[in-house]
Amino acid sequence: MIGVVDYGIGNVAAFLRAFGQMGVPSMRVTSPEDFDQVGKLILPGVGAFDWAMNKLDSSGLRPKLNEYVQDRAMPVLGVCVGMQMLFHQSSEGSVLGLGWLEGSVTRIATDQEELRLPHMGWNTVQVTGESTLLEGLDGHEFYFLHSYSVQTPNIDQIKGLTIYGGEIVSVIEKGSIYGTQFHPEKSHQSGCKILENFILDTSHA
Amino acid sequence: MLRSRIIPSLLVSQGALVKTVNFQEPRYVGDPINAVRIFNDKEVDELIIADIQAGITGIGPDFDLLKRISDECHMPVCYVGGVRNEFDVERIVSLGIEKVGFSSSFIEDPAIVERSADRVGSQSVVVVLDVKSTPHNNGYEVRQRNGQLVVNRPLVDLVQDAGRFGAGELVINSIDREGTGLGYDLILADQIIDLVGIPLTFLGGAGSLEHISDLLNGRESLGAAAGSLFTFKGRHRAVLLNYPSHSVIQQLGK
Repeated sequence: MIGVVDYGIGNVAAFLRAFGQMGVPSMRVTSPEDFDQVGKLILPGVGAFDWAMNKLDSSGLRPKLNEYVQDRAMPVLGVCVGMQMLFHQSSEGSVLGLGWLEGSVTRIATDQEELRLPHMGWNTVQVTGESTLLEGLDGHEFYFLHSYSVQTPNIDQIKGLTIYGGEIVSVIEKGSIYGTQFHPEKSHQSGCKILENFILDTSHA
Repeated sequence: MLRSRIIPSLLVSQGALVKTVNFQEPRYVGDPINAVRIFNDKEVDELIIADIQAGITGIGPDFDLLKRISDECHMPVCYVGGVRNEFDVERIVSLGIEKVGFSSSFIEDPAIVERSADRVGSQSVVVVLDVKSTPHNNGYEVRQRNGQLVVNRPLVDLVQDAGRFGAGELVINSIDREGTGLGYDLILADQIIDLVGIPLTFLGGAGSLEHISDLLNGRESLGAAAGSLFTFKGRHRAVLLNYPSHSVIQQLGK
């Protein structure tokens, strides 16, 4: 059973629908007890960093989420702001992130070129290391919608890069913790394949 | 590389899918949920859904319809129509709609964009300007209330306000070209492109894929939106929702 963490921020239905079409059982995780029923987690996210973190805090789900991901190594896939929340902090706001991954979130640099922000639309992802999520998807297009991106000193955790001005970390993996800066749930077949790769992976079972 | 987005634009009126010409004579063309399903299957880049009654009547967005649309959608959606304030934006984003557009509400109070972006982030806040050619004001004026009311601020000011107050996208809709199939107003497009540093989408006039390449060729990555082109087929304008194959889209959007 896949649990989609529902802390009041969109996209939950889109994930459930995608899993439904794949024939994979999934449910909303809306209360701490729900974590006992699931084997893997999706952490969606849209909007401003602080808004999303505050919503997660007020949902009452954060302590259990921490416990299951950090202590019990339940696989989790953070999406868009959900990926950014895996890190310590963001220059978009003042609230601290979950801090499971080392690094921070900063505004995409636009000084060298005349780049429009947000980075909006379909862009390609180049695989940069052995990746669970990107298996069979090197060079595919995914839907991006963000102005901030992840910086990490741990280059080995970067599995996918996307060019927008400079390089943007588009896929990150560390053990059972996964993240995509793009929206797999809005990226048609290639996005479904990402979700499938996440579900089918047994290395953390 | 980021490629240009090619975006079907759907008009909704009282829960039905309609199409207009120059903002006039709405014609019933089907059911919005069915249209969303068809465009899902065609793997469209993005969808714009505009409710042309929600603002005029003052009843605001049809949240039930938006929830049903969002539940069906495998692609990003921008909703426009009767969005009154930042709370409407928050509610719509919470339903899983990526982007929410302001039109009249922005013209009356540009700071509404800033208040919304503080909550949901700039990337989800869109400004839509309906633009009409005129002998005055450098050739263009902005209109509101489905084109019936002339806005007494210059287009340039409103475009710059959209950027300054933190909108994540600007959609420019040409009233003169809407539903005509005569091609995009490229003079208008070139006036806007240099004015603001946020993503831009142009709507109104696309009658063929050539019109889309006319807009995208030699310009930076943009959004090219079209209503009639993706709604009708043939000389008799029979309703047939359509969208090019992925390889054609990639070629057009390069």
